[in-house]
Amino acid sequence: MDPMNEKEPLFSPKNVRLLKQPLVKDNPITVQVLGICSALAVTVKLEPSVVISLAVIVVMGFSNVMMSIIRNITPPRIRILVMLTIIAFMVVMVDQVLKAYMYDVSRQLSVFVGLIITNCIIMGRLEAFAIANKPWPSFLDGVGNAFGYGWILVVVGFFRELLGSGTIWDINVIETPWWNLYELGYQNNGLMILPPAALIVVGVIIWVHRSKHKELLEDN
Amino acid sequence: MAKSYSNAYIFRFALIMVIIVATTLSVAFAFLKPLQDANRRIEKIMNLLQAANIPVDKDNADSLYLSHLIAEAMVDPATGEYVSIFRADGTFELGEERAFDVDMRKLVYAQRLYREGRSEDNPALPLFMIRGTEGDTLFIIPLFGRGLWGPVWGNIAVGADRNTIKGATFDHQGETPGLGAEINQRFFMDTFIGKRLFDQEGEFQSVKVVKGGVSTLPEERRIHAVDAISGGTITSDGVSEMLFDGLKSYVPFLQKAI
Repeated sequence: MDPMNEKEPLFSPKNVRLLKQPLVKDNPITVQVLGICSALAVTVKLEPSVVISLAVIVVMGFSNVMMSIIRNITPPRIRILVMLTIIAFMVVMVDQVLKAYMYDVSRQLSVFVGLIITNCIIMGRLEAFAIANKPWPSFLDGVGNAFGYGWILVVVGFFRELLGSGTIWDINVIETPWWNLYELGYQNNGLMILPPAALIVVGVIIWVHRSKHKELLEDN
Repeated sequence: MAKSYSNAYIFRFALIMVIIVATTLSVAFAFLKPLQDANRRIEKIMNLLQAANIPVDKDNADSLYLSHLIAEAMVDPATGEYVSIFRADGTFELGEERAFDVDMRKLVYAQRLYREGRSEDNPALPLFMIRGTEGDTLFIIPLFGRGLWGPVWGNIAVGADRNTIKGATFDHQGETPGLGAEINQRFFMDTFIGKRLFDQEGEFQSVKVVKGGVSTLPEERRIHAVDAISGGTITSDGVSEMLFDGLKSYVPFLQKAI
């Protein structure tokens, strides 16, 4: 098969695989264990988890495309610096646009937007994929990985907010007009609010994940 | 990938890339700045009105502010006298400085220099006089301080007795979600309502954010304290410090007979 074939459809099986693979089978967090640092920081509540995931999708999709476009003229010796510049550029742009058009969201995210720069998944995908592939597959790879990262974040954020604060998306589900579990002696788990809880939740997800996908198990 | 590049090419590549990135960012920033400034202005107005317990949203902020504003004033920290009064109709009754234009970060820095004896200049203090929903006059004092990860700020609305807190708003740049970040939640801000800044003897006490809860304090201290947010100790301490340092400068003004 000629890889330069122009008639390859946008969503060919190969491209769809790029998008789907990182969701479960090759998930950046649970399989590659990348991007853990930000997963700890932003997942205390559901809302910041969702918004940061969206921001990562945008940054990752577009920085992959940019890297891919200039991949043939980039000197390999300074490629890491080039990647950093691209990521930082994208993140600052996203931050500025949010501040101008979605002020409430940007207030929500505050410093976490800046933290995207340090997200190792983005750099990892630029180095592992975008630098050697065409823009469209690179875009799909970036978006796919960002989704893979994002849905784990949302799951972790959901459980941490539910168990730690007793709310979901800032709506109290423990104490409602209809029932009040606090009166029955229920208490929020303070540990869930602290960063280590994210490790525990991620650990549980990895456990469930591996028991469903035996091929991921290491030999020892 | 085996292709080799000369040093000159690498330098040229890096230079061009940096110029392109810098130019694009500058243009984007210049283009977006007016929108961002407008957002910040609206946010500031909303915080002021919310401290006065006036329900407000993004769209009616400007008009509500004009209709509720009695005056923006600047206060001399030494004497408590007004040095500048700006009326809602856009005229200066006194002086020529608007409280709204005060950069709180710079003000707090100037105050610190003065306190440490490194500057002779004790800056005038911004004060907003706003008519509450019940027609009462509220003095709104803007505050600025340090949290755990970055700045925290807020507004304290003091009633006509210049002692009782009628409302408060706080906000932060990047405190920990679920912990320190909760200072901008209604449940925390509302605990300030009814607290007093001065004790029976007229001594300035400020309001402290107390770890472990107000109930651990002796009876007579409880009117000067609110419960801290569990897990948000450093942010809570930052708020306490901001309240004390910020409000202390206003003591001469607050102690003036009405």
